[in-house]
Amino acid sequence: MKNKIGTYSTRELSIKANEIRESIISMLLSAGSGHTAGPLGMADVFTALYFDLVRHDPENPDWKERDRVILSNGHINPVLYATMAHVGYFPTEELQTLRKFGSRLQGHPHREFLPYLENSSGPLGCGLSQAVGMALADRIDNGVTSDKYFYCLLGDGELNEGNNWEAIMLAGKEKLRNLIAIVDRNNIQIDGYTEDVMPLDSLNAKWEAFNWHVQEIDGHNIEAIIDAVHKTKAVFEKPSVIIARTIPGKGVREFERKFEWHGKAPNKEEANMALQELRTLNGKIKSEHN
Amino acid sequence: MLNPDLKLNTKIFSDDVEQVPIRKGFGEGLAQAGESNKDIVALSADLTESTQMHLFKNKFPERFVEIGVAEQNLATVASGIAAMGKYPFFSSYAMFSPGRNWEQIRTTLAYNDRKAVIVGSHAGVSVGPDGGTHQAIEDIALMRVIPRMVVLSPCDALQAKKMTIALAQAPLLAYLRLAREKTPAITTEDTPLEIGKGQILFRPEGVAHVAIVATGALVANAMRVAKDLERKHIKAIVVNIHTIKPLDEELIIKVAKETKAIVTVEEHQIAGGLGGAVAECLAKNYPTAIEFVGVQDLFGQSGTPNELIEHYGMGRDDIMSAVLKVLDRKN
Repeated sequence: MKNKIGTYSTRELSIKANEIRESIISMLLSAGSGHTAGPLGMADVFTALYFDLVRHDPENPDWKERDRVILSNGHINPVLYATMAHVGYFPTEELQTLRKFGSRLQGHPHREFLPYLENSSGPLGCGLSQAVGMALADRIDNGVTSDKYFYCLLGDGELNEGNNWEAIMLAGKEKLRNLIAIVDRNNIQIDGYTEDVMPLDSLNAKWEAFNWHVQEIDGHNIEAIIDAVHKTKAVFEKPSVIIARTIPGKGVREFERKFEWHGKAPNKEEANMALQELRTLNGKIKSEHN
Repeated sequence: MLNPDLKLNTKIFSDDVEQVPIRKGFGEGLAQAGESNKDIVALSADLTESTQMHLFKNKFPERFVEIGVAEQNLATVASGIAAMGKYPFFSSYAMFSPGRNWEQIRTTLAYNDRKAVIVGSHAGVSVGPDGGTHQAIEDIALMRVIPRMVVLSPCDALQAKKMTIALAQAPLLAYLRLAREKTPAITTEDTPLEIGKGQILFRPEGVAHVAIVATGALVANAMRVAKDLERKHIKAIVVNIHTIKPLDEELIIKVAKETKAIVTVEEHQIAGGLGGAVAECLAKNYPTAIEFVGVQDLFGQSGTPNELIEHYGMGRDDIMSAVLKVLDRKN
C-alpha cells in the first residue's frame, strides 16, 4: 500500500518545501512567539515524509494501516502544522491561529486539540520511546515482517535527555526493523551550539554502539532523504537512524546557523524580509511566485 | 459489626487471620485478566517477580516486555503501546514509578489521553529493611494531582485481584498502589468491588461517634481499633477508601454528617494523600473535625514493618489516640 497523496518529482517537492517555509514565517509572525530555526531547517525532511515516504491519508486520518509519525521535539511544530495543512489535513488559513486561545494549533502539539497528531509533545526526550512502544505493539499483532513503519523525528539538542538513550537501548535490543529515527542534526540548542552545551559527537558511533543502522545525510537534499529512508527498509536486524545534517533557519540567510533564532519568532520587518527571500528563492528568480 | 452485605472475612479480628501480600493479588489478577483481555501487555523494569508480574509473563510471554532498569522508558513505551489500541500494565516499585517518571506519566499518558495502569508496588514504610530510599510515601499525592488519573489503593490481596480484573474489563488510566508485606485478608471471594465506591466495612448499631476512613494495608488496623473501641463504648465506623480518586464524596459526607468526627488512616505523607482528599471534600461540603494518621513530613528508614508503622505514628495505638483526640475536639 502506497500513501494516498499522489506522486511528486523532486523539483515539485522542493517547491512544496519552500511554500512550507513561507507558511512557517507567516504563522510565526501571526503568533508573535515560537521557534523559527528548527522548523525552517526541517522543512525538506517533513516534505519528503508527508508528500512521498509516509503511508497516510489526510482524508482518512484514522486509517489503521497508516504509518505513524511521532514528533519528539514538539517545539518545531510550525513545520509539522504547515506540512499537514499543505498536504490536506486542514486549511492553510488555519495556520494563522497558531498559539492563539482556542486554536487547534497549540504552542506545543496537543492531540486532543488536533486529533490528527499521533502524540502530544513538548517535554523533550520521550518521543522515541513512544515510537518504540508503537512498534512493539505492532509486532505483537503483525510479526517481524509488518509493513507498517514508525518514524520518529528528534532534535539533536534533545539527545541530552536520558530517556532517549533508554529508548535507543531498548530498540536495539528488540531489533525493531520498522522503526526509523530521523535526527535533526543542526548543531544548535537554546543556550548555544550543541558541542558547547553538551557535546554529542561522535554521534554516529554512539547509535552504532547501541545496535542501530546509521546513515548520515544532507538534510536539505530531498533525493538523499528519500533514498536514505528506502535504504532502511532493506535492514532487517536493526532499527535505523538517519542523521540529517541541516542548517538551522535554512532558506533565510539572516536566520541561518544562528542559535539566537532557535526560540524566537520574527517581527514584521524580519518576516517580510524572509518572505521576500523565500519567494524569490534567494534572488534566483526575479518575480515572486505565489 | 462487620457489614453483612460485603461478606467479609469473619476472622479479621483474630491474630491468626490469613495474611497475603497485596501485590500477590495483583499478579494473580493480571494473569487471569490476560486470558479474556487479549489487548493487555505487561511491562516490567527489572522487578518482574518482585511485582508479581511473572505470573502473567509465564502465561503470555509474547505480551510481556522487559524494559530493564529504566522507569522513564517504562512509562513512555507503555504510552506508545497504548497508542496502538492495547492496554499496558507497567510495574516497578512505587518510588521509581511513579516516583521517577512523573512527568512522562503526565505528558505521554494523561495529557495524551492514553489508557494504562501504573502499578506501584512496595508503597509505604512497610517495605521495611530496604530503608527510606525504597519507601514511597508521596505517590498518592503525585498521582492525585494529574487530571484523568484514577488512584487505587486496595486493602488486601483479593481486593487488588478484583481491581485488576475490573480494570481489564473497563480500561482506565489508573495508578494501582500495592504493598510488599503480608496483609490480613479482610475481603473474601464474595465481597463486591466497585471502583469509585467506598465501603463501610464495620458499623456498630445505632448512631456512630466517629468514622475511621482508611486505605491500603492499614485498613485492617483500623478495623481492629474499631473493635477495641466497642469495649470503651465508642462507636466507630470503618470506611475503606480503595479509590482515592475519584473520591466517593457522597459516602464521606454521609459519615461526616452522622459522626461529626473523622480520622483518616494511610501509609503515606499527611500532605496530599487520602487525608488531604477527605479534608478537601469536607471543607467544601460539610466542615468536620479531622485527625490525620500518616507520615508527618518525614522520610522512612530501615526496620521491620511493624517497628516502622509504630515509629511513624501509624500503629493501632496511634489510631486509637487520634480517635480520642478527634472526639475530644468534637465535644
